[in-house]
Amino acid sequence: MIGLQSNPMNSREGDEQARNLAEAVARCCYGKLVAFLAARTHDVAAAEDALSEAFASALADWPRKGCPANPEAWLLTVARRKMIDAFRGQRREIAGEELQEIADGLGAAALAAEIPNQIPDQRLALMFVCAHPAIDAGIRAPLILQVILGLDAKAIASAFLLSPAAMGKRLGRAKEKIREAGIPFRVPEPEELPSRLDAVLDAVYAAFAEGWSDPGGTDVARRDLTEEAMFLARLVTELLPQEPEALGLLALMLHAEARRRARRREDGEYVPLAEQDPAVWNSQMIDEAETLLLRASALGTLGRYQLEAALQSAHVDRCRTGRANWAEVVRLYDALFALAGSPVVAINRALAIAELHGASAGLDAMPEAAADPRLAEYQPYWAARAELLAKAGTYGEARRAYEIAIGLERDPAVRRFLQMRQSALDGR
Amino acid sequence: MQYLLMTYVNENGWSKMTPAEQQQGAAAYMAYGEALKKAGALVGSNRLQPTSTATTVRIANSKSQVLDGPYVDSKEQLGGYFLIDVKDLDAAISWAARCPAAGHGVVEVRPIWSMPA
Repeated sequence: MIGLQSNPMNSREGDEQARNLAEAVARCCYGKLVAFLAARTHDVAAAEDALSEAFASALADWPRKGCPANPEAWLLTVARRKMIDAFRGQRREIAGEELQEIADGLGAAALAAEIPNQIPDQRLALMFVCAHPAIDAGIRAPLILQVILGLDAKAIASAFLLSPAAMGKRLGRAKEKIREAGIPFRVPEPEELPSRLDAVLDAVYAAFAEGWSDPGGTDVARRDLTEEAMFLARLVTELLPQEPEALGLLALMLHAEARRRARRREDGEYVPLAEQDPAVWNSQMIDEAETLLLRASALGTLGRYQLEAALQSAHVDRCRTGRANWAEVVRLYDALFALAGSPVVAINRALAIAELHGASAGLDAMPEAAADPRLAEYQPYWAARAELLAKAGTYGEARRAYEIAIGLERDPAVRRFLQMRQSALDGR
Repeated sequence: MQYLLMTYVNENGWSKMTPAEQQQGAAAYMAYGEALKKAGALVGSNRLQPTSTATTVRIANSKSQVLDGPYVDSKEQLGGYFLIDVKDLDAAISWAARCPAAGHGVVEVRPIWSMPA
């Protein structure tokens, strides 16, 4: 470990150094420490509380006494003590024997303190806990963001369009369930791993993007949590390097991230994929995505995220070379639709079919709002419909569909873009 | 449940916009209202005249006091409202996020105090 040990110093400088170090440890190890503390007790909330007290102690102690050589182990030791104190203080019905067991289990940390880098990394197990089938699917992504990365409920609430109070309550309920229901802290056995891993990947992806936002359906809606979600996806691929879907998810995210800047003009206006300048794309990220996808395909099991990443890579190739590849794109959407027949996939598939066989073929392939009530309030559905109706020459209906899409859109830049498309139909 | 979505925007912004931008802005609100209507969520909505037209009234020391101008003098002013009827707060928030005012101001979401029938 790098020699972080330092001498006591004047307080302002010491404060700053302590804070920087604490922040660095929080960034890299928060989830690792929570996972370790919660694995034995199953009490995630208690682990978080103890850890936040430990961080507070660190900020008080380190400036006076100097930063410890192994800050991770220091935090773990203090948090462990706080946690045992809290359990004793609560007089919850814990048998003395069980308390001893908890204390012993947590005591392993003290041994680990002697050997840096030996704190076992149980973050993956903790992620599987958060994305367990017993946990409501809607709260899995927020839960992972909180317990692995230490984000507070307020920041998470904004991204998921919930009130901070409601988000806090739901997170609390989920943690209670983890404790009460005895959800096991382990990485699932190989035979159940694929389906359980899907739930983890879905949660990470949900953190990355709340949905598809542009009419082309080819770019991912930007959210503040993008970076955090990429960190999580990377973590999963590091801990499970042989899982093709984990690699596929990271590739998909890299593709979306690579085109982020190109999605906005300098004045902030929205640029659809077909009009983006490939020179603005981050080619390093695209290359990494391609490498990951190759690695995934060599592992031999196809899945949703690999297909979605392959679609992104087909879009990139078409835009770069100017060579239409809609037949390939439709084939990929067919496969994706067969695997995960969501309305979102159906909409994008219809748009690709329209490129290949014309607007009316695309309209025929569009799902019907009457058949799926969720579509009635789904902006991309109306935007895609409007686009195809306009291409087919049914301008009145196209204008009406644009009107609904405009009314449902959240992003002001995309809203203006849709208004432009709508007014382009004026007089036709 | 009914919620009042109150839109707070900087009303000076409007006069600084070009006619084309004003038209685009108004059209966005129209479309938003239509979307609410189509979803069966709209109970009522109105746009308010600017705060320069506002008058505040209160009774202090048994004397009525009438003042020119709005009650709260802030950068953003109450500019209108949408009264909506939706399943729960989550649904109300997702509609608030779609309101054009969320992009250039603030939308406050308040549940209506329902009277027992």
